[in-house]
Amino acid sequence: MAVTLTEAAANRVQTFLANRGKGLGLRVGIKTTGCSGLAYVLEFVDELAEGDEVFEEMGVKIIVDAKSLVYIDGTELDYTKEGLNEGFKFINPNQKDECGCGESFTV
Amino acid sequence: MALLQIAEPGQSAAPHEHKLAIGIDLGTTNSLVATVQSGEARTLADINGDAMLPSVVRYHAENVTVGQQAQLAAVEDPTNTLISVKRFLGKSVAEVTTRYQSLPYEFVEHQGALAINTVAGPINPIQASAEILKSLYQRATESFAGEDIVGSVITVPAYFDDAQRQSTKDAAEIAGLKVLRLLNEPTAAAVAYGLDSGQEGVIAVYDLGGGTFDISILRLNQGVFEVLATGGDSSLGGDDFDAVLVEHFKSELGLSELTPQELRLLIQKAKACKEALSSYLTVNVKLELRSTEHLVSVTQEQFAELVAPLVKQTLRACRRALKDAGISKEEVLEAVMVGGSTRMPVIREAVGEFFEKEPLTSIDPDRVVAIGAAIQADILAGNKPDSDMLLLDVLPLSLGLETMGGLVEKIIPRNTTIPVARAQEFTTFKDGQTAMSLHVLQGERELVDDCRSLAKFSLKGIPAMAAGAAHIRVTFKVDADGLLSVSASEKSTGVQAEIQVKPSFGLSDDQVAQMLKDSMSFAKEDMQARMLKEQQVEALRVLEALEASLATESALLNEEELNSLREAMAMLDEKRQNASDPDAIKHAIEVVDEASSEFASRRMDVSIKQALQGQSVDEV
Repeated sequence: MAVTLTEAAANRVQTFLANRGKGLGLRVGIKTTGCSGLAYVLEFVDELAEGDEVFEEMGVKIIVDAKSLVYIDGTELDYTKEGLNEGFKFINPNQKDECGCGESFTV
Repeated sequence: MALLQIAEPGQSAAPHEHKLAIGIDLGTTNSLVATVQSGEARTLADINGDAMLPSVVRYHAENVTVGQQAQLAAVEDPTNTLISVKRFLGKSVAEVTTRYQSLPYEFVEHQGALAINTVAGPINPIQASAEILKSLYQRATESFAGEDIVGSVITVPAYFDDAQRQSTKDAAEIAGLKVLRLLNEPTAAAVAYGLDSGQEGVIAVYDLGGGTFDISILRLNQGVFEVLATGGDSSLGGDDFDAVLVEHFKSELGLSELTPQELRLLIQKAKACKEALSSYLTVNVKLELRSTEHLVSVTQEQFAELVAPLVKQTLRACRRALKDAGISKEEVLEAVMVGGSTRMPVIREAVGEFFEKEPLTSIDPDRVVAIGAAIQADILAGNKPDSDMLLLDVLPLSLGLETMGGLVEKIIPRNTTIPVARAQEFTTFKDGQTAMSLHVLQGERELVDDCRSLAKFSLKGIPAMAAGAAHIRVTFKVDADGLLSVSASEKSTGVQAEIQVKPSFGLSDDQVAQMLKDSMSFAKEDMQARMLKEQQVEALRVLEALEASLATESALLNEEELNSLREAMAMLDEKRQNASDPDAIKHAIEVVDEASSEFASRRMDVSIKQALQGQSVDEV
């Protein structure tokens, strides 16, 4: 079981963590909300919670809680630019559908 | 799918509820927009990768172009291409035409305000500023892929008065942008630096932009910024350095009159020359004018000499701000450089020498203000709930109210941190007075004529009472953007009147500086004038009170007593109107007091007798 990062994503996360000046790594997870059931969570991590799994990818620690992992196992996180907009993109093989805006999804 | 940003722990937004906020540096020469994403503050670039949007708006008959494209048209279409329009915000036609004589624009009065005639009709500086804001807003919206922007923080020079701040807010409203707060530019720069380096102590922010100069003395303590004092000159900036070079070119070429196109060309060349001088010791400028080619060479040394008066002007303002803050040079820990003009080595050297330390230049001086604004916007949007960072700004000039005799009673002194609310009680001057006129003033002087009138309004429906019996509470409120509202209410009836101060046009910057200077150099005269006025008002009060009681109870005095009292009163009235020495009036008041003391005690006796008449001793 794993969650991975593309090189572009890893570089960005490292830069953001360095700018922030603290933090263990990046939390990737899901929460039940949004217009289509589930939404992705992307946060800095200052301390680990119980049940957190830690993956290390290109020098970046990815932290996923056990409950989220079943929904996003095998996900690759990419950092892309679309026009003037840039940000992180989840490539999640478990995802079956997403809402029109793409902010929430179902498995 | 949507692209996501990293949030602070526990702060992930629900879908469609991202609290995106932007910071805008609406500059005189260039404007920028910045935001905080994934914990990183960054300026947003346009499709070509340029973060800086030249603050230039070109009007066509049908549409409007903004930025680079407009700037390129400046030479061919000078009258419709509005450059550095921020200098005209909140100003009158007279102020602008006297201050800026060599501009190619046709200034007109339109709907009671300053406008510039273009092919699209008369354009108000607020409308032109709105076009710049619109363009930046558009860029931000595209960068967020259509996400809603909850609001913005727009920066203004610390010296902006109420009219200029209100104009900036109006421009944002026209652009469809919600303003969370206006923020002083140097304060924004301090936010940007404060978060990065976290040092505590006194910091001087030296901000020399395209058209404005600000010096701010800030105290940074446990993450809280307090602005101790601000100063500067909102009509001094890189443009003036260009103008000095233009004059130099003109004298080198032996030219006196220039067409708008020629002037525009020389300004462009001067700007390029100035920028090149930041990296090279000597710059050769090729000028093609009237089909002849001229070559002018300028050395760094020559340039330093040419601009020395401008540099000195900035240092004088630094000295004044330090004095206002009550801070000695040695107490300043860091000098922060803001604004593209601080790239000039001559400026860096002068500031370094003045503060006796190497100035801070680690953040791009062009972007530092926008970045600070974005950080502040992010906090105001609620993305950092545990943040304890507060920003305290100050009032540039004292606010007060006119009292009897043309004196100014200061309600909120200058350099008070805002937002602030202060109330003071006033009373009526005459018996049976049912209305009160309130005159709101701004300035440091003692007399109304020497201060700036902001607004007048009146409180009506005060119940008829004896002079001095009514309690009228006047409240001055200045919000976080520095905008003033004044309310007055009478205590017993609760009648109320209120006014929002939106003056028709602002003070010129020279005027603000002059007002401050005058308040110091005329301190003694002002004090004398205040004492005189106070005695005059007191004399009038005594005379009117006596006159009123004589009208009903003169029978208590015999003819001789009445005559001598009348004589003393006539003398006092004469002194009140003609004496220039407050002591003379004071003395005459004392004489009247003396002369009327017998009258007063007899009146007292009469009223006690009346009160006691027909009552038994037990009841008393």
